[in-house]
Amino acid sequence: MTRIDQTFARLKAAKQSGFVAYIMGGDPSHASSLELMKTLPSAGVDIIELGMPFTDPAADGPVIELAGLRALKSGTTVTTVLDMAADFRKTNDTTPIILMGYANPIHHMGYGKFAAAAKAAGVDGAIIVDLPPEEDAELRAEFERHDLALIRLATPTTDAARLPKVVANTNGFVYYVSVAGITGKALGAEKSVANAVERIRKAAGLPVVVGFGIKTPQQAEQVARSADAVVVGSAIVDVYHKDGHETALELTRRLSAAAHK
Amino acid sequence: MSNTPDNSPDENGRFGTFGGRYVAETLMPPILALQEAYEKARADKSFWTEFDNFAQHYVGRPSPLYFAERLTQHGGGAKIYLKREDLNHTGAHKINNVLGQLLLAKRMGKKRIIAETGAGQHGVATATMAARLGMDCIVFMGAVDIERQKPNVFRMKLLGAEVRPVTSGTSTLKDAMNDALRDWVTHASETFYCIGTVAGPHPYPEMVREFQSIIGREAKAPIMKAEARLPDAVVACIGGGSNALGIFHEFTPDKDVRLIGVEAAGRGIDTGLHAASLTGGSPGILHGNRTYLLQDQHGQIKDAHSISAGLDYPGIGPEHSYLHEIGRAEYVSCTDDEAAQAFQLCTKLEGIIPALESAHAVPRALDLAKELGEDGLIIMNMSGRGDKDVNTIANLMRVEV
Repeated sequence: MTRIDQTFARLKAAKQSGFVAYIMGGDPSHASSLELMKTLPSAGVDIIELGMPFTDPAADGPVIELAGLRALKSGTTVTTVLDMAADFRKTNDTTPIILMGYANPIHHMGYGKFAAAAKAAGVDGAIIVDLPPEEDAELRAEFERHDLALIRLATPTTDAARLPKVVANTNGFVYYVSVAGITGKALGAEKSVANAVERIRKAAGLPVVVGFGIKTPQQAEQVARSADAVVVGSAIVDVYHKDGHETALELTRRLSAAAHK
Repeated sequence: MSNTPDNSPDENGRFGTFGGRYVAETLMPPILALQEAYEKARADKSFWTEFDNFAQHYVGRPSPLYFAERLTQHGGGAKIYLKREDLNHTGAHKINNVLGQLLLAKRMGKKRIIAETGAGQHGVATATMAARLGMDCIVFMGAVDIERQKPNVFRMKLLGAEVRPVTSGTSTLKDAMNDALRDWVTHASETFYCIGTVAGPHPYPEMVREFQSIIGREAKAPIMKAEARLPDAVVACIGGGSNALGIFHEFTPDKDVRLIGVEAAGRGIDTGLHAASLTGGSPGILHGNRTYLLQDQHGQIKDAHSISAGLDYPGIGPEHSYLHEIGRAEYVSCTDDEAAQAFQLCTKLEGIIPALESAHAVPRALDLAKELGEDGLIIMNMSGRGDKDVNTIANLMRVEV
C-alpha cells in the first residue's frame, strides 16, 4: 500500500477529512523551508504538497508566484527540492509528499530522470499543472515505472463529457480545483463544490481533495464536509512570508483542526 | 505529423514534436470549444466573405508588393521587393489575425476580448477591431513595454481599451501573456483570448497562421505577374513568428524558395542578451506549447533582450521550431545595432520608416542580395511601420524630439 493510500485509509477509519498543506520549496531559503516542512506533520498536516518554483507560473496568483521567485533567487532547482524531500524522509516515513509545479523544469531534466530521482527522494506523486490528460502520457509512463502517482486536476469547467478522460488512468487521488481561476482567489460555492466532489469521486473511485481559494478554518471546515481532504496553499505561504514559521504553523494547526472535525 | 501538403498540425496540434496543448485543466474545455468553433467557421463561406470584406474595405488590402529600387541598388545584387504590411490600417500585419479572431469571437457570442501585447501593435489592432465590432477590450502589457511604447498605449486608450500594466516577472511580453492566461482561466465563459502570434496552445498556431497567410498569397500572385517567376528567397523578422509564417506559408510547398527568418540577436548572441530562441535556445514548454525557448540549465525561462519590444519574447511559434528541425526554413539573426542602422537606411533610401521589428530583416535581406547576385529575387516582409519607434531611435541618436 502506498503512503497516499495508507493516509486515506487511516482518515477513513477515523471518519475524518484530511488536511493538505502547500509550501514552496526553497522559499525564502533551502534550510528555512525544510525546517517548515519538517514541522508540518506535527501541526496536523496529512499530506504535504511541495512546490517546485517556475519563472512563469501562469496558473498561480501573486502569492505563489512571488514565493517561487524568492525560491529561484535562493538558488532552488528541481534537484534541491528533491533534496528537501529526501531530508524530510530521514525522520518521517509516513506523510505523503506530492510535488507541485510546471512542466518545463522537469521536461528539461528529462521525465525519466525526474521520475527516478523523485522516487529515490521518497516522493509519492506529483501534480504538473500544465500537463492536462492530453499531454501527460509520457510522464505518466515514467511515473508508473517508478510506482509514483501523477495526480490529475478536475475543475468547474470539466463537464460530464470530459470527466471520464480526466479520471482515466489516474491514481492516488483527484485534485478538484474549487473555482475556475488561479491560486489564492475566491472559493467556489459550497453546494457546487460538494456536487462536484460527489461526481468526481464516483467517476474516479478515488479520494477527492479540494483546493484553490481556501484561506480560513471556517472555509476548511465547510469544504471538509464533502471533500476527502482540504488543501491550503496561498494562505500558509503568505503568512509564512510575512509573519514567519511560528505564525504559519499556528494557522496550519487551526486549519487542520477545522478539516479534521 | 505535419507531412500534409498544407503543413497542418495533427489532431493534438503537433507540428512534428512541437506544439500541443500544455495548459491547466481549467483551460482545456475553452480551448476545445474554440477549436470546434474555429473548424466550423473556416469551413463556412460566409465567414470568409465577411473576413474578405473587412480586409478590403477596413484594413485596406491587398497591400502592395513594392519593388525597392534604391534598397536594391544599395545591396548591389538581387532585386528586393517589399511586401507592404506597414500600409495596413493600424500599421502592421497584426490586424489580419485580429480580424479573423474577433469575427470568430462574434460568432461564439463572446463580447469580452483580452489580448497580450509587446510593442503594442497587436494591442492596437485588437483595440481597433474591438471598437469596430462593439466589444470590450482589455490589453495586458508589461510595465517596461508601456514605458517604451507610450504612443501605442495612448492609442489603445483612445480606442476604448483598458491597458493593464503587468509588473510580474520581467514586466515584458512573456509576463503579459502569463497575466492574459490568468485572466482567461478566471473568466473563460465570457472571454475570448485573442493571441497575437503563431504560438500558444493548439489551435492558435494554426489559426493565426491561417489568418496571416493572406500575406503570402498576396505576395505570390504579384511577383509572378511582375517577374514571371517565384522568388529565390522570402525574408521576414521573427518574434513569435506570425508575420514570417504569414508570408512563408504560401511558399512552403515551393521547395526552391528559401524561407529565411531573422531573429533578434539583441546585443549579440554571445552576450546572452538576445531574443533568438532558435539560434540560442533549446526545446521546452511555455505558454501552452512545446517549442524552442530561451532557458537556463534548470529549465527556468531566461529574459529575452531586444531593442524591439515586439521581438522581446523568449519563445517562438512551434511551427518555426518544426521548419527549423526539418531544415525547410533557415533562421539567422540581427543585432540591435544592425537593426537601428537599417531603420535609418531604409527610411533614407526608400522613404519608408520600418518598424524596428521589420528593420531586423533588412540587413539579412541585403546580405542575401549580394550572395544571390543580380539575377536573384527576394521578397522581404515589411511587417509594420516605424512611427512608434521614432523615440527609441531618437534616444539612440541622442536627439531630443
